[in-house]
Amino acid sequence: MPAHLEPESAAAADTARTVMDGSDIGRALTRISHEILERNKGGSDLVLLGIPSRGVPLAERIAERIASVEGYAVPVGSLDITMYRDDLRMKPARALLPTQIPNGGIDGRTVVLVDDVLFSGRTIRAALDALGDIGRPKAVRLAVLVDRGHRELPIRADFVGKNLPTSLVERVRVRLLGVDDVDAVTILGSEGEGA
Amino acid sequence: MKRHLLSAADLTRDDAELVLRTAEELRSLADRPIKKLPALRGRTVVNLFFEDSTRTRISFEAAAKRLSADVINFAAKGSSLSKGESLKDTALTLEAMGADAVVVRHSASGAPHRLANSGWVRSSVVNAGDGTHEHPTQALLDAFTMWRHLAPQSGGSLDGRRVAIVGDVLHSRVARSNALLLRTLGAEVTLVAPPTLFPVGIESWPVETSYDLDSVLPKADVVMMLRVQRERMHGGFFPTAREYSRRYGLDGRRMATLQDHTIVMHPGPMVRGMEITADVADSDRSVIVEQVTNGVAVRMAVLYLLLGGSQPAVSTEGLPE
Repeated sequence: MPAHLEPESAAAADTARTVMDGSDIGRALTRISHEILERNKGGSDLVLLGIPSRGVPLAERIAERIASVEGYAVPVGSLDITMYRDDLRMKPARALLPTQIPNGGIDGRTVVLVDDVLFSGRTIRAALDALGDIGRPKAVRLAVLVDRGHRELPIRADFVGKNLPTSLVERVRVRLLGVDDVDAVTILGSEGEGA
Repeated sequence: MKRHLLSAADLTRDDAELVLRTAEELRSLADRPIKKLPALRGRTVVNLFFEDSTRTRISFEAAAKRLSADVINFAAKGSSLSKGESLKDTALTLEAMGADAVVVRHSASGAPHRLANSGWVRSSVVNAGDGTHEHPTQALLDAFTMWRHLAPQSGGSLDGRRVAIVGDVLHSRVARSNALLLRTLGAEVTLVAPPTLFPVGIESWPVETSYDLDSVLPKADVVMMLRVQRERMHGGFFPTAREYSRRYGLDGRRMATLQDHTIVMHPGPMVRGMEITADVADSDRSVIVEQVTNGVAVRMAVLYLLLGGSQPAVSTEGLPE
């Protein structure tokens, strides 16, 4: 998007570039839902766990799509990783976010972790530790809306909405209806700051 | 939050609600097979109890252990304190051992304040009850219990809810901390006691007062009964236990005048037959056992918010250094 159209405001405002709009996100989630079902050979024994805050609405949307294909609901929950973060000691104590494990638990099931952006991989490392304290899943898979690279740990996603090559100075922002007022994935930063 | 939790008045409304919300998340831990979180791994919490306590000490110990902290219990009996060591020397010992938090109970009002502000220790100090002054974590767990029962019907807050606190207000640190905290959270507190059991200066508290229990009960959303602390009484505060019980005890007849949703609380230990009868204590309205369960979650929340990060959560006050 040409950032120089309005020099005054563009210099001050974020140089946001939309890379996925609402229908792009919808299509990506539909594909991920089918991939999950294909890989799992159906929806049996699946548990979807979203990582708050934006992983939770994504998990719910995937569950809706799976339900419409398979005809039955799969359990959806949320998994807060705050207390498992490796940078917990470096910042003021953070507020906890909801953890909601579905009634059947996760023992012996295939857990699909759902998050918005996969970046360093540290969040997922924390989530794997958190899962270990809750039960013993048969398998753990990872679904993300955006994979922006720059991994700092040996972790990869099984289901990816969009691979988004970025530079480290850029910021990827995911907004979702329910949490935010719009469905969009945008990239902020880089070219605005005198590239 | 401030670095120490000495008084319920240290908490702003935001702080208090953060503790309640955090406790709500931590409460579900009790239902899990592994009741442990790694947040305070490698931190040391010292329980420094100069006064007897079962419930509070065990509750703090369970809370710290569930957050993976190392816990050192330090009771006055059997320690150097019974040999005449001063609070200062005890504090310096704890400092030398590298305590990150000191949970202190003392029979002298103000002892935790002295410990926190004297420069003897660098750790966070949590008041677990000092004399007849304050017991802020008890107030938080009481507020949490009320919030769980009443807030869902009134938009997630305790605004305008009426709480009656009945009994030995004079000797009760629970009453003072509850009055301060509940005011912060928007509830209306009425203290009910015989005139001899109100402290001097009660007019300056943010509460209403009454001598007549029967007129207060029908309006209350919460009734909290206090134990008559005979071990602190040196004089005649009321003619006989029976007369006290008849005028200020909660029995089945009085319970029948309560609204349907009203809950009955007691900070424990209860004296059945004195301030509360057995049929009330064991009734459906009684949340006394739940208060104990909630105590662990609330104390976990307090320890986590004070120690979990590089500094306490939501710093609304200036931090030292």
